[in-house]
Amino acid sequence: MQIELHTPIADEDVLRLHVGDTVILTGIIVTGRDAAHQWLYKKFCDPAGDPSSEEKVISEELKSYLHRGVIYHCGPVVSGVDTRQYRILAAGPTTSIREELYQADIMRLFNIKGVIGKGGMGQNTLEYCQKSPAVYFHAVGGAAVLIARSVKEVLGVYKLEWGVPEAMWVFRVEQLPVIVTMDAFGTSLHEQIRAASKKALDHLIGTNV
Amino acid sequence: MNKDLTREICELIRITSTDLPEPVEKRLRSALAREVPGSAAHEALRTILENVDLARRNSIPVCQDTGVPVFYVRFPFTMNMVDIERQIRDAVALATRESYLRPNAVDPLTGTNSGNNLGDDHFPSIHYKQVESDELTIDLILKGGGCENVGVQYTLPDERLKAGRDLEGVRKAALDAVFQAQGQGCAPGFLGVTIGGDRETSYAVSKEVFLRDLNDQSPDINLSILEEQITSEANMLGIGPMGFGGKSTILETKIKAIHRLPACYFVTISYMCWAYRRRRMTVVGDIVHYE
Ligand code: SF4
Repeated sequence: MQIELHTPIADEDVLRLHVGDTVILTGIIVTGRDAAHQWLYKKFCDPAGDPSSEEKVISEELKSYLHRGVIYHCGPVVSGVDTRQYRILAAGPTTSIREELYQADIMRLFNIKGVIGKGGMGQNTLEYCQKSPAVYFHAVGGAAVLIARSVKEVLGVYKLEWGVPEAMWVFRVEQLPVIVTMDAFGTSLHEQIRAASKKALDHLIGTNV
Repeated sequence: MNKDLTREICELIRITSTDLPEPVEKRLRSALAREVPGSAAHEALRTILENVDLARRNSIPVCQDTGVPVFYVRFPFTMNMVDIERQIRDAVALATRESYLRPNAVDPLTGTNSGNNLGDDHFPSIHYKQVESDELTIDLILKGGGCENVGVQYTLPDERLKAGRDLEGVRKAALDAVFQAQGQGCAPGFLGVTIGGDRETSYAVSKEVFLRDLNDQSPDINLSILEEQITSEANMLGIGPMGFGGKSTILETKIKAIHRLPACYFVTISYMCWAYRRRRMTVVGDIVHYE
């Protein structure tokens, strides 16, 4: 099924989504990968975080974009960094599982309703998606130019000192195509494929590893 | 041949990053034809091919992860290696400024991105070989991080896999690697496999085989049979494009056996994502040729 979705995302909309659905997303998304997840967790989820007032401002601004919003595991190619005339040239997803440790907490922190990435995530995130409710969207890995085309505007960038790939970029996107691979009902396409391929592997190599 | 080649090498980088080689694209097209229209696998491949076309037409990187640049230089003895290395590094920085490469060199201790893809002596990665010819050839592979992460080295015998020190053991290791990778390496991918070597050479050669012609086969009959077998059995795992399930998981396997130590039997697997970016430039006199 193909479903149009806009941010901010209501719970009812999340509950309409099932594994396998194609979603055409329009609205605001924020990129965040390893450095962002680690930093947000350390500063704002860990009770010992003690963020500075400047850091609190960043978090508040991020919250305005991420509340009922979408975080995107992505490190784009951007031109015009020197002149701040940012142009997003290539912006495909990066591997999500690296953020598994932090993801549920970050989602809770901002009330994030969707995560976009590739490769899927683990049990913690899946459970959070069920409780929240929220979903995981899979973008096509490497489809960088195509995805960049749906980025209509760069609304801001945070922590550019981490380098272009790790910085948190705020995009306004139109018609970004993604696929639901983990839904709010506890179903994960990644788990299903893993289990089926495990069976096939055992058959092929004659083990029960 | 002492002309400065910085611009020409930058062009090599541009082509590699933006223009996927034709044989790779052809494999992706036949993979598309095998998947069921309307399935997630089919959609993923369709998207990939559309993206490849867009990247080429607009001269934009095929994938935002432009990876680690790996150069293989064969240079005539009349040429100065120090010059070549400087030109390659200058070209990498130039290509980064021109947005053909994403800044990818990160200091592991401070987390600082150098901003120009120049790290220490190992970033970019450059391999040299002097040749008895007056031709300079530079091969470039851009090896993405997602697929680099799913590369793996097995030490046979492996008890978990019941894999012994023979080709049957190699087969088991390779299939296990594909299973472990699931969709994480941006399947459908390509496998580079080394049998033997020490830890270092085994990894190096498992990447070097990506320079082979996609359509060739190992000259060793047993290895060429194994190459085909691994590809077809990997596809029986049903992992499919992006791990969405489907018929195409591995599009090609290339194996090379190199001498090992009596005590060691390594099987090393490098995984190349669908964005198999590889190009070559040849320089003879003033003539530069790209392929
Ligand atoms: S694995 Fe390859 S296609 Fe996927 S994101 Fe990395 S470089 Fe791009």
